[in-house]
Amino acid sequence: MTHDSTHHAKVIDHATGTAKVGHEWDGIEELDTPLPRWWLWTFYATVVFALVYVVLYPAIPMLHSASAGTLGWSSRGVLADEVAHEKAEHQGVRDAIAATPIEALAADPALQRAAIEGGHAAFKVNCVQCHGAGAAGAKGYPNLNDDDWLWGGDLSAIQQTLVNGIRQPGNDATRSSLMPSFGKDGILTPAQVQDVVSHIRVLSKQDPASASSRRGAQIYADNCAVCHGANGEGNRSVGAPKLSDKIWLYGGDRASLVGTVTNAHAGVMPAWTGRLDPVTIKMLAVYVHSLGGGEAAPAPAAPAATPTAGAAQ
Amino acid sequence: MDSVLPRTGLWLAALFFAVIATALAADIGFAVHMMICAAAALIGLVVTVRGWDPAAAIRPVDTGRYDDDLIRLGVIATVFWGMAGFLAGLYIALEMAFPQMNLGLQWINFGRLRPLHTSAVIFAFGGNALIATSFYVVQRTCRTRLALPGLATFVFWGYQLFIVLAATGYLMGISQGKEYAEPEWYVDLWLTVVWVAYLAVFVGTLLKRSEPHIYVANWFYLSFILTVAMLHLVNNVNVPVSWFGSRSYPLFGGVQGALVQWWYGHNAVGFFLTAGFLAMMYYFVPKQAERPVYSYRLSIIHFWALIFLYIWAGPHHLHYTALPDWAQTLGMVFSVMLWMPSWGGMINGLMTLNGAWDKIRTDPILRMMVLALAFYGMSTFEGPMMSIKSVNSLSHYTDWTIGHVHSGALGWNGMITFSCLYYLAPRLWGRERLYSLRMVNWHFWLATLGIVFYTAAMWVAGITQGLMWREYGPDGYLVNSFADTVAALHPMYVLRVFGGLLYLSGAAVMATNITRTILGHYRDEQPLHSAAFDPARDVPLAPPLAI
Repeated sequence: MTHDSTHHAKVIDHATGTAKVGHEWDGIEELDTPLPRWWLWTFYATVVFALVYVVLYPAIPMLHSASAGTLGWSSRGVLADEVAHEKAEHQGVRDAIAATPIEALAADPALQRAAIEGGHAAFKVNCVQCHGAGAAGAKGYPNLNDDDWLWGGDLSAIQQTLVNGIRQPGNDATRSSLMPSFGKDGILTPAQVQDVVSHIRVLSKQDPASASSRRGAQIYADNCAVCHGANGEGNRSVGAPKLSDKIWLYGGDRASLVGTVTNAHAGVMPAWTGRLDPVTIKMLAVYVHSLGGGEAAPAPAAPAATPTAGAAQ
Repeated sequence: MDSVLPRTGLWLAALFFAVIATALAADIGFAVHMMICAAAALIGLVVTVRGWDPAAAIRPVDTGRYDDDLIRLGVIATVFWGMAGFLAGLYIALEMAFPQMNLGLQWINFGRLRPLHTSAVIFAFGGNALIATSFYVVQRTCRTRLALPGLATFVFWGYQLFIVLAATGYLMGISQGKEYAEPEWYVDLWLTVVWVAYLAVFVGTLLKRSEPHIYVANWFYLSFILTVAMLHLVNNVNVPVSWFGSRSYPLFGGVQGALVQWWYGHNAVGFFLTAGFLAMMYYFVPKQAERPVYSYRLSIIHFWALIFLYIWAGPHHLHYTALPDWAQTLGMVFSVMLWMPSWGGMINGLMTLNGAWDKIRTDPILRMMVLALAFYGMSTFEGPMMSIKSVNSLSHYTDWTIGHVHSGALGWNGMITFSCLYYLAPRLWGRERLYSLRMVNWHFWLATLGIVFYTAAMWVAGITQGLMWREYGPDGYLVNSFADTVAALHPMYVLRVFGGLLYLSGAAVMATNITRTILGHYRDEQPLHSAAFDPARDVPLAPPLAI
């Protein structure tokens, strides 16, 4: 193949009727088609769009700052506006919730619904990590849908738990208790641990009484009953779980119970004061209370004997 | 370096240093990597001393006028790494739908297999395709053999070593944590050496050409090689913790680091997956269609517009982040201006079929190229659209991005590479034709359906996700928790697995077809229907109206 560098002879491509440029590489030739007009004009249009946009919005970097754009737009400004707008929108409801005692919210169904909604939203952000999206909990994290409460299930008890947390270091008002590690610390021998577990499994109606459980009954009475109650009914003032039901925080099978008696658990829930504002904490308490197991306030408040919201669920 | 002695000395030195580095290694991952290097040096040593030629086994009787040994190896490597990458992709898609698929093993959890998948398909499959086709195209369009053939051999094998080091590193948890730039500092240094050698071979071949002009495909290849070198160097400026350890820290921190990373990340798409593959398109589409390129002028204008505009578009990956507003604005407007320059390549490719449109009925290879260009056009429209901030506020961080990337990667990069492999295999091994054209047709439809399932599922998933994230209830609170959106996407994730399975099946059909072609088998099959050619109906499109 010889190369003719002259550009005189324009060869026309038959199929398209367009002239060829005259170069050829490995059999590939090129047509001399002009730029498609729609392509060129669309390209110009995007350039014009870009130029206009650059004038309107922050765009040109300079030594210490950038051009601000004639619209005065900034992403931080938009965020501040939106946050302020949201705040203004909800301020009335939040003020009303703040001014209403938590037990009295049920008297105002609209306000109570707003509190439950707000609590639900806060729950999704702050609580689901441990308690689960459906609040059903997980091993070591209580289920909030049932009526088995460790530290109390009426509105102010839940609020108290949220405000000060459980075993929150550095918080004097936090809910606190410490079960001894009976096995690890040598308070009970391994055989005694087995026996007391046998007794607990009898209390929770998982096993029939046995020689081991009868030995364990005395050990239980000496070591456990002070917190968990003579019949395993639990004690909310120290957050001691009920042992006579089928609900277990760390598992009710023999291996889990032996583990718990040997190395006690001391789960921590953070105090939300300082992390969340008081109104949000209040709304969270109302939401958790509404999930199904919320209890009525204890007796003294006789006049305000309103039925507990959510109890019907 | 024709003498065996100096080369043996080099291999021995490499082996020595690799063994020393293994002994001094600060962590197990680095030790394993140095052992891999020692094994590579040992293989090189044995091959040199025994005078073996790895390419000889697959060399046809008639080797042709050009240096094609490496290209034959490259075709096989492309098919192999493609299968590996697609399989890894299918597996992590399964992990997304059924997380228990990670089997509790750290080596195959999503975080480690995901970079394995992306690197395998982009750098191993795509990279081998680019190196092989660039060596093929530059020789033929310059009518000269490769400059520095020894160095070219080093480029091919050195690149494979890079792939093995990168992939094994990911499985062991060695990662810089930079998307598409995960390999650690010593693997980066190795790739730099390989890449400079690649540049030298390519530019050397261009310089000794016997054609007066440089063909457009070679401009694209050169821009790809040069820009990737620059991107790689700047984004991997890291300080190693130890010279014998696999950990390093980047020099750029915070928002600067993010901006450098996405300058790199976006231009890896722009120059690796766009410019490089457009180079393939510019040679193989006119060859397969046997038609002249549509417009020389368009090729010049869209080349320079693409090169100039692409490099500024990276900040659109960082919309609504700590990146200053001005940088976000520029990232967006450069992306919008990039729309037409990107489409220039699609127009030039598709319109090259003027006068040969009838062939897409009968030639599944050409049909694959047309589909690749169509997907290229779709994703280069979608990209600028997603860079617009109001669109981005919905699409960012959602599966829409994954759908967008895969319409480009599966549709454009995958399909154009498959069609080039089908073009190359019979020619490189001196076969009359492929083992089976009907299997190409099967591959075409399996892959096309796979892409449709994949991208449609991800578009729906992404928009669902974006809308759920921003959904507020009447009281002004967010309606969905993150876990709610994950549950809502599950069916889409399963559909994605199905799409990926179809795509992988198509690639398996290709692997069989190419292997049988290499072995010299011909499938006894009916020809694909050959429609009668009607010259009266086969007329070019009317000139488009100016708007």
